[in-house]
Amino acid sequence: MLSADDLTLVAALHGGFPLSDRPYAEAATRLGCSEDVLIERLQRLLAHGDLTRFGPLFQIERAGGRFVLAAMAVPEARFSEVAQLLRDMPEIAHNYRRESALPATTTDIPLNMWFVIAVGSAQEVPRVVERIEQASALTVFQFPKEQEYFVELRLPLTEPHHATAR
Amino acid sequence: MPQLDDLDLRLVRATQAGLPLVPRPYELIGASIGLSGEQVRERLQSLLARGIIRRIGAVPNHYRMGFTANGMSVWDVDDGRVDALGERIGQLPGVSHCYRRPRHLPQWRYNLFAMLHGRTREEVMRESREIAQILGNACSAHDVLFSTEILKKTGLRLPGD
Repeated sequence: MLSADDLTLVAALHGGFPLSDRPYAEAATRLGCSEDVLIERLQRLLAHGDLTRFGPLFQIERAGGRFVLAAMAVPEARFSEVAQLLRDMPEIAHNYRRESALPATTTDIPLNMWFVIAVGSAQEVPRVVERIEQASALTVFQFPKEQEYFVELRLPLTEPHHATAR
Repeated sequence: MPQLDDLDLRLVRATQAGLPLVPRPYELIGASIGLSGEQVRERLQSLLARGIIRRIGAVPNHYRMGFTANGMSVWDVDDGRVDALGERIGQLPGVSHCYRRPRHLPQWRYNLFAMLHGRTREEVMRESREIAQILGNACSAHDVLFSTEILKKTGLRLPGD
């Protein structure tokens, strides 16, 4: 777990990182530390995996790119082979094995492999899907967003009020 | 729809894994794609203004913050009521994403997806029971799918060229 100091830092740097010549120095002044110390702390947080990233968070769909959630029902015997197929494709971002918390009601294989297709334009999606289906001989179910509901994520990260630049 | 030119795309690819941790990060990025530090900052500013960049800052790892359980809760909700209810579900603490997505009958009957986060599975299941109460009789079936293995995680990135 993170120290209270680190949590404060992570929350304070949630957004609004300066677009200036020496942004770390500017942010450090606001946080009351030196540029060196801030860079060092960020290095440590990234190295420990406390931060997955420090930088711009893109919404590439605003620029014509597409992220499409998709799923397959993969037989257990073929699971690692199919996972490897997706691992080798640069167009696939996340891929998770998912299992239902409820008891199964049928003997069919459930949708157990859930992944995200990430491409620069909408036209590329069918091409990627076709490639996966041909290589795996399995059906890809696509779950594009039809409607996004506003989310106010309030995981208790001890987020200070001033830190939520969107 | 705002579009990205070639330099923007190079800038996205050069920064989507993160900013370099050096005193002048924008200058360093610019040097790798043939722009000055100032041009990089202007382009990032424009991407922010157009909403293509949501924010610039720290992206915490929820697992390391103690939120080790994440469940994709999925709900079969009456089509006429799903949008109003989806807006309410998005307001609940612990919900990080909430979308309406297509059904694929007969294999998949659920049209509302809400990603739930908690410190334990039990916490996630509690959140899911809270949602079930809100949805009431508008919902005819639901499930919670826990991720039991990360098979690939590169972040949501455009493939490099």
